[in-house]
Amino acid sequence: MIRRSHPPAGPEDFGAAGGLLSRRIFLRSGVFAGALGSPAFAEPLTVPPWMTAPGSPFTSYGQPSRYEAKVVRIITNPAAPGTGASRTPHHRLNGVVTPNGLHFERSHNGVPDIDPDGHRLLIHGMVKRALVFTMDALARYPMETRQAFIECGGNSAALYAKEPVEGDVQQLHGLVSCAEWTGVKLSILLDEAGLDPSARWVLAEGADAAAMSRSVPLAKAMDDAMVALYQNGERVRPSNGYPMRLLLPGYEGNMQVKWLRRLKITDIPVMTKDETSKYTLLMDNGESLQFFFPMEAKSIITHPSPGLSLKGPGLYEVAGLAWSGNGKVARVDVSADGGASWAPAVLQEPVLPKSLTRFRIAWQWDGRGTTLQSRAVDDKGYVQPTRAKQIAERGSRAIYHFNAIAGWAIAPTGEVKHVYV
Amino acid sequence: MFTFRPMVLAAPLMMVLCSAGIAGGPNLGQPASPEDIAAWDISILPDGRGLPLGSGTPQQGEHVYIQHCASCHGFKGAGKPNDQLVGGQGSLAGAQTPVKTVGSYWPYATTIFDYVRRSMPLTAPQALSNDEVYAVTAYLLHLNGIIGERDAIDAESLPRVKMPNQNNFKSFYLEKTP
Repeated sequence: MIRRSHPPAGPEDFGAAGGLLSRRIFLRSGVFAGALGSPAFAEPLTVPPWMTAPGSPFTSYGQPSRYEAKVVRIITNPAAPGTGASRTPHHRLNGVVTPNGLHFERSHNGVPDIDPDGHRLLIHGMVKRALVFTMDALARYPMETRQAFIECGGNSAALYAKEPVEGDVQQLHGLVSCAEWTGVKLSILLDEAGLDPSARWVLAEGADAAAMSRSVPLAKAMDDAMVALYQNGERVRPSNGYPMRLLLPGYEGNMQVKWLRRLKITDIPVMTKDETSKYTLLMDNGESLQFFFPMEAKSIITHPSPGLSLKGPGLYEVAGLAWSGNGKVARVDVSADGGASWAPAVLQEPVLPKSLTRFRIAWQWDGRGTTLQSRAVDDKGYVQPTRAKQIAERGSRAIYHFNAIAGWAIAPTGEVKHVYV
Repeated sequence: MFTFRPMVLAAPLMMVLCSAGIAGGPNLGQPASPEDIAAWDISILPDGRGLPLGSGTPQQGEHVYIQHCASCHGFKGAGKPNDQLVGGQGSLAGAQTPVKTVGSYWPYATTIFDYVRRSMPLTAPQALSNDEVYAVTAYLLHLNGIIGERDAIDAESLPRVKMPNQNNFKSFYLEKTP
């Protein structure tokens, strides 16, 4: 809920039909006038018990308030535990950075318990010098810090289903998270090994019990790839690749190999299981799109969303997350009338490339049933497609890379439900 | 695991690197010996590079499969609780539910060897011998009708196996692929 200076006065205050308010509204100042009716007096203010006795002592590693016990990942463990995923509760978070304990997880045979002193990174193949790096050695390299989202290639896959699957933001879109990553630019290490002129690909392999491996274009490895050692200031969490992971900003999460132990430089892709039988998009003509690397522009509304019902007509803030694996989010439009009209949302600065971007827009809900949706546009001019367009191009059996516009139906009761638009 | 090489060998290299690097690092990578690399390099390329010595037949593979694979992948690769490995050819086009198996979907036979050796069985990955991996690869190819009952699979024959769905993959990324 936002606190606003005054209620919308005239047509110039509205950014689109359905009650979406112009961005100018945010620029005004003043005192909330209580125009929606005179509220009853607040409950009497008393001195709370936590002010009349000493609080708890310090702790060596902090935890969230016990009143936030619901803010947790949800876990899907299919037939074999450790081969599933856990999802970020975006409807219970704000800002853009995902806390480390809530970053989504995906692994193919559990989380390895790696002793960093025994961990090595091997770079070999089409290089002049095959090299081994210890953690101590990497710690002495120049580092860089950048914010980046990681999205599983299978995030939002439920939206390929013929009928809308009931679920909340976490269940439907929880396989995307965002962190500040710090590590060594991969290009520095590859330069040290010395690339063969005919090198084109890099096979990245993890030290987990799946020895998960993917082929990465050398051009990406030399551009903005990083061997990430830190996640939001602390060492990368075990489930996110401790002691090091490959960071490929904007690319599908599966390629950003965790527990990185080996990089083999090759002339052609290795055609690993996860770049052939999985993470390929089967279309209706029987052909499959392979090597579909960047996660294209996408947005989701986190507030309101299923589970976060509206409490009667009035002024609300519609907020959400947008991102593009190809660059920066340039614009997010929001519709509150089923897509008939759209108003531009405010983007939270700084807008960073290949990172989550928070968008917000004020909305005067009149209490009638409607549908909310958001549409991201990136700085390459790519417009988040409608679901109909995406299905027409790819069919409904692609599983991966679903990034079309999603809808939340608002019932007159204030209940929010996933619908197709 | 990795052996340290004498600094005498590394010193001339360091001079070359320092003169070449502008925004480089401190050059702390230690040379990896061919033995070190061989111990870790388990990648098999689609043209067969990386395949080890050894061989196996479908008949030998059946024993391996029953012992290590059937509990998760079902009788003769029928699937359940985990992925179905056999069948599904002809199910990919159209709006029907596709049955994506090794036989119907996987574009390269080398991927079977690469994946089984590195990741399977789930409870004891990298425990199978190269002969066992070749044999179970041959068994899966035979169950899918891709090779004959008596065809042996080894480093020579595996990359020559033409998978039914190989030509139905389009690279979205424009870079050199096989």
